[in-house]
Amino acid sequence: MDVTSPAFKDNAHEALADPALQRALRNLKAGFPGKRAAAIARLPEFEALRDAGRDLKNETLANLDFYLEMFEQNVREHGGQVHWARDADEARKIILGICRDAGAKTVTKGKSMISEEIALNEYLDEHGIQAIETDLGEYIIQLRNEHPSHIIAPAIHVNLDQVADAFYAEHQKYGKTKRLETPPELLKEAREILRAKFLAADVGITGANFCIAETGSTVIVTNEGNGDLTQILPRVHIALASLEKVVPTLEDAMVLQRLLARSATGQECSVYTTFSTGAKRPADPDGPEAYHVVLLDNGRSTMIGTEFQDMLRCIRCSACMNHCPVYGAIGGHAYGWVYPGPMGSVLTPQLVGVDQAGHLPNASTFCGRCESVCPVRIPLPKMMRHWREREFERHLQPSAYRYGLRAWAYVASRPWLYRRVADIATRLLRILGGRKGRLSRLPLASGWTEWRDLPAPEGRTFQQLWAMQRGKRA
Amino acid sequence: MSAREQILNRIRQGLGRGELEPARRAELEALLARPPRGPIPARTDLDPAGLIALFIEMAEEAAATVVRVPSLVAVPAVVASYMSEHGLPPALNVAPDPDLVALDWSASALSVVSRPATEGDRVGLASAFAGIAETGTLMLLSGPEGPTTLNFLPEVHMVVLPSQHIVGPYEDAWDRLRASQNSMPRTVNLITGPSRSADIEQTLQMGAHGPVALHILLVDG
Repeated sequence: MDVTSPAFKDNAHEALADPALQRALRNLKAGFPGKRAAAIARLPEFEALRDAGRDLKNETLANLDFYLEMFEQNVREHGGQVHWARDADEARKIILGICRDAGAKTVTKGKSMISEEIALNEYLDEHGIQAIETDLGEYIIQLRNEHPSHIIAPAIHVNLDQVADAFYAEHQKYGKTKRLETPPELLKEAREILRAKFLAADVGITGANFCIAETGSTVIVTNEGNGDLTQILPRVHIALASLEKVVPTLEDAMVLQRLLARSATGQECSVYTTFSTGAKRPADPDGPEAYHVVLLDNGRSTMIGTEFQDMLRCIRCSACMNHCPVYGAIGGHAYGWVYPGPMGSVLTPQLVGVDQAGHLPNASTFCGRCESVCPVRIPLPKMMRHWREREFERHLQPSAYRYGLRAWAYVASRPWLYRRVADIATRLLRILGGRKGRLSRLPLASGWTEWRDLPAPEGRTFQQLWAMQRGKRA
Repeated sequence: MSAREQILNRIRQGLGRGELEPARRAELEALLARPPRGPIPARTDLDPAGLIALFIEMAEEAAATVVRVPSLVAVPAVVASYMSEHGLPPALNVAPDPDLVALDWSASALSVVSRPATEGDRVGLASAFAGIAETGTLMLLSGPEGPTTLNFLPEVHMVVLPSQHIVGPYEDAWDRLRASQNSMPRTVNLITGPSRSADIEQTLQMGAHGPVALHILLVDG
């Protein structure tokens, strides 16, 4: 998909002024955080599991080459094939090749963020293969010709009447001529229409929440059952996974599984956790005849050994964005690419380049909520700071910003000067604030004063007050 | 250089080393052969009766229904009465599990088939390999006795679970699997309640693409 991250500021302004989006975002804020908190309160071991999750991911990354090789070996032993893809283009070509070998006309898809990352649907479509999203949220946005705005609730920005409109417009060709109004009716209709797609598909493509080295299994965690119908009905199952999804053992996957649903939806456990290992066995009555795993790198291997390695622990639960005040205000599309919210602000500059996505690490108040809820304790604010440093080093910000920052650094590193300047500035602002004690306009600060008044300082600086306090105590 | 080699090389470069030393490799292989467990929720620290009670509580919380059945012989009658109570047509697809197929279905007045599920099947009956009390989760295996389609295509998914197959945490179910199977089956399904979606305005609705109802027959005998 096209990267619109460079237009982040404009995107964000539009999002704030979009009443339908703002209504939809209220559902998110009212839902996920409370459910997560309630689920965690029921599991006293949650903090210990977070430590264990962090540690096992770190251990795996320290030996990632070994675990990937073991995973590959075990997939092969069970009659599957592993394909390594350096980048999006390689992954797309591999998948197209498999689809063509299978003579595929249509493929069904379970939800996969990596398939968004490599823009798979568009590519298959260009080559005459129709890809049908089957997760209800993904299906809705595919009909609306949009991209996900959230990594686990892709259609969170869409309201009920918009779903009704999309189904009404797109389902008439199946003889569904009534505009449906309620969620149960809409779900029932989607179920009926997609059921026929599942049964007709030649290839099923799923993502993978985990890849297990010990057994060569890929694992999907879902609630709808669409990922399962995607992979057991067609003749060919392709699992698309990025390198960092590998964990050593089934036991390790269980540690992460206990963290995942609780951090994501606040469920004790998702409805379906499915382990797929190889192709169907000779005596099996059903299942896919061929099983392929596409292992995607796309810039991840270069994160190892850098200050961004910890990001590879991410299990894509979405807790960081569910708790982010910035995401909550503007939604996911404003971030301009596949991964929104704090995890996206760290990952996107890595995957599409800091020159494209340099705004994103700045879209943070550094309140730290993301890190405080991350199930594998990724220091997201720290990594956003690293990106800001890189952005500065590469002279990517506007020159006024850079000169301003330089001037501030000059003053801040000379305490006597800092005290003088701060003293003069606070006095001046107090005078300007007048009797109201507030400023409604201020040069160079329109970003603030356009939306709200700036409270004027009371007249003394913190350091002056501090000196007075100390004087009293002495 | 192949993509595989290049990716592995980049990883090793990042880690600041070449291929793993044979001694370290052997250590890691030993860990894979005897996987250590992570923290196990204390809620599963119960006697067998406690585990059964926890399994029922958690499964019902996940919107499954559970009925206790005194012995396997009673299964056909329990299935038939559930189906008539719920106004389902008297046609059933039973997994080709010898224990289930061998039951006397004649008195139940159901027309019974045993094959992979197809679109017309409204009710399927499968048998679970284990029940996991921690979250009220069923473990079902693919194989000659367990077509996976039966777990997803029919509207109503009924599952027979011998109560002595209920374990505490997931890890105990994996140990049972390792002890009884030579290798991983093609598909292992962990199932907790019936299918659902909250993708329309974050409103939870039951019965998305998979079964609308999950009915567990807990067999004691």
